[in-house]
This record gives sequence, structure tokens and C-alpha cells, in this order.
Amino acid sequence: MEFTTPVLNYTLLSPILILLGAALITVLVEAFVSKALRPITQLSITLGALVLALVQVWRIRNEQSMTAAMGSVIIDGPAVLMQASILIISIISVFLIADTEHFTALAASLPGSDEERQAVQSGNQVTEVYPLTLFAVSGMLLFPISSDLITLFVALEMLSLPLYLMAGLSRRRRLASQESALKYFLLGAFSSAFFLFGAAFLYGYSASVTFAGIRDAVVGSGGNDVFLLIGISFLSVGLLFKVGAVPFHAWSPDVYQGSPTPVTAFMAAATKVAAFGAMLRIYYTSFANAQWSWTPMLTVIAIVTMVFGSLVAIAQRDVKRMLAYSSIAHAGFLLTGVIALNKAGLEASIFYLFAYGIATVGGFAIVTLVRDAAGEVTDLNRWKGLGKRSPWVATAFAGFLLSFAGIPLTSGFIGKFSIFSAAYESGAKSVVIAGVLSSAIAAFFYIRVIVLMFFTDPVEDGTSVEIPSALTSLSVIFAMIVTIALGVFPAPVLNLISDLATFIR
Amino acid sequence: MLNSLTLLMALPIIGSIVVALLPKTKETLAKQVALITTLIVAGATIAMAVNFQRDNVDLQFVEKYSWIPTFGINFAVGIDGLALVLILMSTVLAPIVVLAGWNEAHGGRWSVKVFYILILVLETMMIGVFAATDVFLFYVIFEAMLIPVYFLIGGYGTGQRSAAAVKFLIYSLFGGLLMLASIIGLYVMSGAQGGHTFDLQALSQLEMSSTTQNFLFLGFFIAFAIKAPLWPLHTWLPDAADSATPGTSVLLLGVLDKVGTFGMIRYCLTLFPDASKTFTPMILVLSVISIVYGAFLAIGQRDLKRLIAFTSISHFGFITMGIFAMTSQGQSGATLYMFNHGFSTAALFLVGGWMISRRGSSTIADFGGLQRVTPVMAWSFFLAGMSSLALPGMSSFVSEFLVLVGTFTRYPVHAVIATFGIVLAALYILIPVQKALHGPTTAGNENLSDLNLREKIAIAPVIAIIIALGFYPSPLLKVINPASAHVIAQMGFTDPAPTNGDK
Repeated sequence: MEFTTPVLNYTLLSPILILLGAALITVLVEAFVSKALRPITQLSITLGALVLALVQVWRIRNEQSMTAAMGSVIIDGPAVLMQASILIISIISVFLIADTEHFTALAASLPGSDEERQAVQSGNQVTEVYPLTLFAVSGMLLFPISSDLITLFVALEMLSLPLYLMAGLSRRRRLASQESALKYFLLGAFSSAFFLFGAAFLYGYSASVTFAGIRDAVVGSGGNDVFLLIGISFLSVGLLFKVGAVPFHAWSPDVYQGSPTPVTAFMAAATKVAAFGAMLRIYYTSFANAQWSWTPMLTVIAIVTMVFGSLVAIAQRDVKRMLAYSSIAHAGFLLTGVIALNKAGLEASIFYLFAYGIATVGGFAIVTLVRDAAGEVTDLNRWKGLGKRSPWVATAFAGFLLSFAGIPLTSGFIGKFSIFSAAYESGAKSVVIAGVLSSAIAAFFYIRVIVLMFFTDPVEDGTSVEIPSALTSLSVIFAMIVTIALGVFPAPVLNLISDLATFIR
Repeated sequence: MLNSLTLLMALPIIGSIVVALLPKTKETLAKQVALITTLIVAGATIAMAVNFQRDNVDLQFVEKYSWIPTFGINFAVGIDGLALVLILMSTVLAPIVVLAGWNEAHGGRWSVKVFYILILVLETMMIGVFAATDVFLFYVIFEAMLIPVYFLIGGYGTGQRSAAAVKFLIYSLFGGLLMLASIIGLYVMSGAQGGHTFDLQALSQLEMSSTTQNFLFLGFFIAFAIKAPLWPLHTWLPDAADSATPGTSVLLLGVLDKVGTFGMIRYCLTLFPDASKTFTPMILVLSVISIVYGAFLAIGQRDLKRLIAFTSISHFGFITMGIFAMTSQGQSGATLYMFNHGFSTAALFLVGGWMISRRGSSTIADFGGLQRVTPVMAWSFFLAGMSSLALPGMSSFVSEFLVLVGTFTRYPVHAVIATFGIVLAALYILIPVQKALHGPTTAGNENLSDLNLREKIAIAPVIAIIIALGFYPSPLLKVINPASAHVIAQMGFTDPAPTNGDK
């Protein structure tokens, strides 16, 4: 048997390689650097690697290649945009992760055990969250550029496994945190199995695991259509699970609530970009010509997801759960971009993902600030009168909520407008109408929070607003500026996206 | 320089920045800055009105800057007679509201400063919403102006203010989102027919099937019918007016609700002439119901603010009827009605607000014999009431008459029923006038103080305008008539009977 030496284009792969290298270094830092220096070393390496990767992504923005890693990855405009979005979101999430207050001193210890107490008393804070973050980010970078099902699956696991662990790292309410981690892991494992099952059927259909091979088979329509349908359905289950679409959403409220809030922010924002990135690529390239076999299914899921997310969010009393359901609703809105299946839909989805991701990190950053003696306060009733206590924090949160609600002059509005118009253009009017109506429902619960913060008198129960650390403030301010700037003057970003956003096949 | 709409829009924003930079303790200074800013804006608008070419039906003072080229969105403004009249009304009302409600902001949740920042930001949007000629820009302002009003009601109002603010916001957002769906529809169709655009003129040339036109029309119309409140979408208004401060109510009912009726002319009729004709019978019925229903409910009100709110629902019925009567008289009457209603409602709310704040109650039965105790206030309220019931000699008489005549020539039955609205108007105004102003002075009213100099200065121009336009409406009609005739001609209608609209 002949063996071909793999040829890798290191420049194009460098963002991922930088992060993987840094991840390995941070593992060593964990082992060898003294505990006093550890947090700052870890933070510097992580941020440095993310920034370097971002610079690298920017430098290759005009490159196009199908052969960067022996045909396993595609580098093109959308890939670059997705990677850049993921990196920017990760950077501002790491600002939040840097606050060790959120993370357990020793994840390996049992909750409430002597071991745990000792770790807390000796101030021995482990910092495994940094290598985990870096591994997860490198998986996310690989996910939207994968061009065969095997790489896609590897990337899926690469981004998921660290996230399962990160979900269980909370310092407070550790049992809930670990429960959410286990839930996330089990359901994630199921969905991975579905994904693999679908992949196997697609291989059976097309005799190929590459996106290009599947595409050729779909265009030639030579294979067994039943295999194709089963393949698409099961593969979609895996992907829809990651984006949290109904009926595969059940994990998200619990995981959002149980995870340490900085991890929730990172997970909610960055995973969505990565998962939708991969989804857009595979639907827009491989399955594009089998449009009629999956659009009806996806249309129904999109409509159900947005309506369900918006409706159930109304009943939530916990801010993190509310944001979880709101993110489910947004997954529905984002699915309309997949359904649109045109260039406008791709551009709109990329813009929406970036705008939503940034606002999400900003929103969760605010959640980390509202605390009492026992840690974060996520009960909405105790957010009453926040506007009186700390007007700026409340105003910023209101700003992010208005962006989620899609009020003009925020990035959310431009995102919603562009994604709905793309869907309308492709003829998916029912989705647009459902989207508009569920936006109206969703507006209700966002506004209710604003009412709570501004129009209700504060209750004296020890809830207070932490003075944000420099990094947290930076992350909130950055998110706020982006949210407003993309709402008022989105032209430069839209132009950049429209120049780059074309999938190569 | 004075003739730039963009500059006109920028002025209040600049004022609000100045207010924002003032220290929190300098409350009076904040008020003065707000007053001066609104006066300058009013002056600039009047200067603009002088330079306006009355016989030119094209858009004037046109400005256009590229905003989001990817979607073909421009920052495009320009005004015709209709828009000019409404901008004039808004900017003249603004300083009056600031002066009349000098102490309004003190009971609020936030500082006085924030109140005036919100008012000034709102003024910018009020100008922008009438001046926009790009549908996207219009929508953005239409939605964004909800936010300052929401905080004005919820932060500085009385009673169930936060519930009222939320109700107002949810209703408006719902309508706005329906309109967004229609706007997306227009945008997509424009893309299929020669390039994506939001330009009003270009969109009005679109070819569309009648089904599409009907759906898109409904998206716009429902949004406007919520704004302008038309029965049965009016239920947010009494609550909002009840809770808002008098000044906010004036801006809300006087200006913001006009965006609804303005939108019906500017967007519904212009963009969807065929659908407008299809829905006319239904809309006229709703208008007549609004007229009569609003009037009946006004008669039944015990609360002064709610009474004024219901009279407005009745008046908006007249305006909508005038618009959809599809005659040039009806159109002119409706436009003039919008202007007059702004001032007569302002007078009612401001004087009513003073009465309420002096007496500490808004229940009509708590007043009595005010004419003896506070003659100036009582006479001001009386005149405002007379204007509201459209007494000849008051400005609203001219507009109501025009609307009825314009409607009668095409829809006599509707006009006749609507005429009962006038009779009912006499009831709903004369009952509170009799109870509150006449008769013996009831207990608790003996020591009420009359209007002070500031209040007199604030109310004087309103009453002057009401009476002056009652006797001599032609300066306004000369601006309005060409624009109205143009709209009707574009719709493909000619007036059924020979008319002699210019008085």
C-alpha cells in the first residue's frame, strides 16, 4: 500500500495551531508555575494566543483553499468571518473568565468535602478553565471550516468535550453545576451518536464522506434517496442539538443556569457561531440541491423553535434561564437564514451571529455583576430597582435586551431585518411572519425585565452590584459599543461580509 | 443654512447633549436650555415654512445621504405640505410643553435632567418621522421614538404608570413588527424590480399583485391604526394618557398619534392605492364607530384625563374618515384636523393638568365653580373645550366641517352618522365644563390659585392659534390643499361634486 505524505498549509491552519499550542502550554503552566503567578500567566497566554490567532485570521482573509489539510478543511470568506467572530467573542468572554471568583478552587474535590475546604482555605485556585477554553475555541474554529464528515465530527467533539467540563466548574451551587455538566454531556453524547448515524447513511448514499462528494451525489441524484433523507435528518439532529433548536433544546436552560456565568456567556455566544457556521456550510454546499427534502422540515423546526422559545421565556423567573430561552428563540431566527439558502441569507446569518454573540456576552457580563453575599443573584425578582441602584449597569443591560428584542438602532434590528428579508426573498414567507410575531412576543419579556429594573422600587435584601473589574468593564463596554455601532452604522461590517461571504465548493 | 431638515433634526439632539453635560443640581438651567433649544427649533421651522413653495407638490428641502448601501438604505428627508404642517405643529408645541410643564419632572423616578434629555431626543425623532422619505429610516424612527415616550410615561407619570407604559410599548411594538414584515416585503419586491431600495417614490411605482398589496397594506395600516388609535385598537390610549404627565400626553396624543394618520396618507395611500380602495369601506365603518364610541365613552368618564383621551379617539375617527373619503376636501380637512387637534388637545391637557395639580384630583366631580375662584384658568379650559367640540370660530370647526363635507360627497351615510359625533361632542365637553367651572364653588376649591405668568405665557399662543385659524385658516390651507389634491390625483380619484375648497 502506498502512503502519501500529508501536505499541510500551515499558514492557513495557523489560527487553530496557535490555539492548540497555547492550550498545551497552559496545561504545563498549570503543572509547573507557582500558584501566585498562575492566574496572570494563564490569562496572558490565553489572550495572547487568541489575539494572535485573530491577527492570523485577518491576514488570510482573502485566501481560498480547498487543500489546506488534504481536503479536510476549506478556507474561504465565510470561514474567515466565522473564525474571526468566534475569536472576538472568545476574547471578550475570556475577560469574564479571568474573574476566578466564579470557578471552583478544586474541581476534582467533592462538593462540601474537606478537600474542597482545604483548597479554598489555602487559596489554591486551579486554572484548568484556560486550557479547556483554548481547546474548545480551537474546536470551534475547526467546526465551520470542516469539509468532510469525519473532520466535522472530530471538531464537534473537540469543542463539546471541554464545554462539558467547563459547565461543571462553578464555585457556588456546585451540585447544580455538576448536574448541568452531566446533563449536557449525556444529551450531547446522544446527539453525537445521532450525528454519526446520519454520517454513516450519507456515506451509504454517496460513497463519500466529503462535502463535495455528497454534493456531487445529490446533484447527480444517483443514490438511494431514502438514505439521503435519513442521513440529512440524523445529521441535522446533531447540529440542531448544538444550536439548541426545539425539540433538541432541553439541555440549554439547565446548562445555562448551572454553568458558571462566564462559561455560559462563552458557550451561548461562541458555540452558536461555530454550529451555525458548520450548518450553513453543509446545507449551502452539500445539501443545496436537495433543498426540497429538508426545507419543509427545517421550516417547521424554525417556526416551532422561535415561538416556543419566546413563549416559554415569558414564564421564567431566573435571568439566566430567561436568556437561555431567548437564545432558543434566536436559534429559530437564525434557522431562517439557513432556510433562505441564498447569498443574502448567508450574509445575514453571519452578521446576526456576530451581533447576537457580542450582545450575549455583554448581557451575561452584566449578570456576573449582580451579587449578594452568596454569589450571583439570578432571581429576577431581586433585580428590582437595579436602575436606581446602579443606573449604568441597568442601562447597559437594557441596551442588550433591546438589541435581543430587535429594536431599531441596535445591532439586533439590523440582524433581524437582514435575515428576515433574505428569508422573504427566498419565498419562505411563513417563517418571516412567524418570526415577526414571535419577535413581538419576545419583546414582551425583554421589556418586563426593563420594567423591573427601572420602574420598580428596589427591595433591600442584600443584592448589590459589584464594581466591575477592569476586564469585565472592558468586555461590557466593548459589547455595548459594538451593539450600538452595528445598529447605527453597520455599513462597513456589512460590506466586509458581503465581499467575503461566498462559499467555495 | 436654516433650510436644512438634517440641521433641524440635529438641533434638539445638540440641546440634549448640553443638558446631559450639566450637573445634576442645576435643574433650572436644564429647563432653560431645553426651552431655548425648542424655541430655536420652532423659529427655524417657521423660517422654513416661510421659504416653502406652496404650489409645488414635489418634496422640498430634499436631502439624501447614503446610510447602509448594502441594503440600499439612505438617510433621505424631504417635506411636502402635509409633512410641513405636522412638523410645524410639533415644533411649536414643544416649547409650549416645556414651559407649561415647568415642574412636571419633579415627581419622577429620575432627575429633572433626564426628563428634558428625553423630551429633546423625542423632538428630533418627531421631526424625523415626518420628514423621512426613506421607508427604512421612517421605520427606524417610528420604532425608536417609542423608547423615550416609554420612559417619559413610566418614569414621570402618575398612578399605574409602569403598566400603562408597558401596554403602550407592547401595542406599538406589535404594530411596528407587522409593518416591518410589510417593509421587508416591499424591499424584496423592489429587489426583483430594478434593485433594492427604500425610496418612497421608487417603491410607489412597484408592480404587485392585488393579494400581495392587500397583505402589505394591512401590515402598514394596523400599525398606524394602533398609533392613531382607531377602534378596536385604542385600548392603550386612555391608560397612557391617564398616567402620563400633561406635557407627555400632549406630545403623545398631539404629535405621536399623528404619525399614525400621517402614515395612512403618506404610506398606505401612496404605496398601496388599490388596496386602500379595497379596504376603504371597512376603514370608514371603523372610523364612524370610533367617532361615536369615543364620544359615548367620553361622556361616561368621571376622570378628566381619560375624558380627554376618549375625545381624541373620537377625533381620530374624524381624521381617518377624512383621509379615506378619497376627496380632496376630506384630505385637506383631515390634515388641517391633525394640526388643530394638536393644539386643542394641548390646551385641554395643559389646562386640565394645571387644574388637576392644583386640586390634587383628576375626578371631575371634585371640581366646581372654578369660574369664580380661578377665572383665567376656567376661561382657558372653556375655550379649549369649545375648540374640542368644534364651535364655529374655533379652528377645529373648519377642519371638522371640511371632513364632513368631503365625506358626504362620496359617502353620505357615513357622514350623517358622524355628524352625531358633533352633537355628542357638545355633551362630553359641556358636561365637565358645567360641573367644573360653573355652579357654586364646591368644598376644597375655594383656595385654588389662578394661572401664574408662566402658565399664561404658555397657554396664550395655543389659544391664539386656535382662534386665529378659526377665522382665517387659509395660510395653512394654502399649504395643505395642493398636497392633498396631489394625493387624491395620484390615487386616480376626482372629486365627485364641484368644490370650492379655498375659503
